Amino acid sequence: MSHIVIIGAGECGARAAFALRERNFDGQITLVGAEEHLPYERPPLSKEALLNGLEPKLVSDAARYADAGIEVLTGRTVESIDRAGKTARLSDGQMLSYDRLLLTTGARPRPFPGLSGRNHRIRTLRTHGDAIAIRAGVQPGAHLAIIGGGFIGLELAATARKLGAKVTLVEGLPRILSRGVPAELSAVIAARHKAEGVEILCGVAIQQLSEGPDHARILTEDGRTIAADLIVVGIGAVPNVELARDAGLVIDNGIAVDAHLRTSDPDIFAAGDCCSFPLPHYGGRRVRLEAWRNAQDQGTLAAANLLGAEETVSAVPWFWSDQYDLTLQIAGIADGATQAVWRHVTEGAFILFHLDIDGRLIAASGIGPGNAVARDIRLAERMIAARLRPDPVALASPGTKLKTLLVA
Amino acid sequence: MSNWVEVCATDEIDEEDVIRFDHAGRTFAVYRSPDDEFFATDGLCTHEKIHLAEGLVMDDIIECPKHNGRFSYKTGEAKGAPVCVDLKTYPVKVEGGSVFIAVA
Repeated sequence: MSHIVIIGAGECGARAAFALRERNFDGQITLVGAEEHLPYERPPLSKEALLNGLEPKLVSDAARYADAGIEVLTGRTVESIDRAGKTARLSDGQMLSYDRLLLTTGARPRPFPGLSGRNHRIRTLRTHGDAIAIRAGVQPGAHLAIIGGGFIGLELAATARKLGAKVTLVEGLPRILSRGVPAELSAVIAARHKAEGVEILCGVAIQQLSEGPDHARILTEDGRTIAADLIVVGIGAVPNVELARDAGLVIDNGIAVDAHLRTSDPDIFAAGDCCSFPLPHYGGRRVRLEAWRNAQDQGTLAAANLLGAEETVSAVPWFWSDQYDLTLQIAGIADGATQAVWRHVTEGAFILFHLDIDGRLIAASGIGPGNAVARDIRLAERMIAARLRPDPVALASPGTKLKTLLVA
Repeated sequence: MSNWVEVCATDEIDEEDVIRFDHAGRTFAVYRSPDDEFFATDGLCTHEKIHLAEGLVMDDIIECPKHNGRFSYKTGEAKGAPVCVDLKTYPVKVEGGSVFIAVA
């Protein structure tokens, strides 16, 4: 094999490129990205990057790509893939021949239904450019309205409060974070936002968003109008599958891959936010994860398998969110749990352990100041991976070190 | 370079665990390995300056609590993404039931 092309220069694509070299691949590696920047970390965009207006935090600096012999083509998209001829055509007209291809095309913000054209006062947050544009509108005293009580919206709300903006967050469902986060944790986060002065409106359906020269407006189904200087829509993301679909690859809530991250074409793999894959520990159900560590893990795994390793996905899903001084961490997927065991960690910090009908630990959700829950969540992750059935009484007892349950 | 500073009594660190030690405006992480040896490194992760002492020690690895960057606490070696810069390590000695590190 002489040339591996990676389409999509985010966390996942960059990680895969370096992982190929770490596995001693000595052929050509080309990483193609649509943005002008070298691959950068997206988690800070709703937090530190917004607060400080910094340059993007690069995954690696230019010298490391040069040292590793990784060619990075930024500011270009791939227009089409010819699977028979094994070539990719770029937006600048260049044709790249590949032996194997990795798709790390990521996801993009779900657009608000019915909203058309480019808006200046109604935005989404995914890229460094988005963060810069939002930063300009989040001034002391300005009114920011956020649509969607998910992680992006809530992290943005916390950052905007630090910047002195007035914040209203509108969620259509009865509570914030209803997807994947237990109600007990949502309640802690909602209470904290209220204490910080964020107005949270749950169960409010939106009829229309509009923008004028001075304001953007939310019209709710129940007839209210909320005027704001800036509206940010954070209602989820959709995977970038068009290139794969047009090339005839199987799509199923993302680019469908097997447990080796291989698409329906044996020479094409996909990883990260763009792909759906069978999740072990959970009966092989097909999921798509939009998470930073998943992007890293799958980039590393895809690199191994591009080189023929045939390794299977084994990571337990894990993600975190930082809001004010609170950190939430969740390992595993709690759907299907029949019992939740509450463990006190320290003042203001607790973990819920989610057990299935057989007593097997399938997820753990924790929240607290700083990194109070991190260590125990990491241990829980190992217990989930090992398919353990820990004693609920021991889980609930602060005097029992979780590490002892892992050994048992 | 031997500027030995007392950290704590040996029994104040559990086996396969870590504590934070602040001294003269600097912060360190001091470890006790599963085979009952003591080690010391810089206290902050080289990725985003998070206190490593809040992380998990497994065998000879310390894992950052924030983004799971992994280091060998015995050698300081960074074990892969997201960390790529090694941790600085410091000499450790045990005397009279106390742990000392050389912070030169």
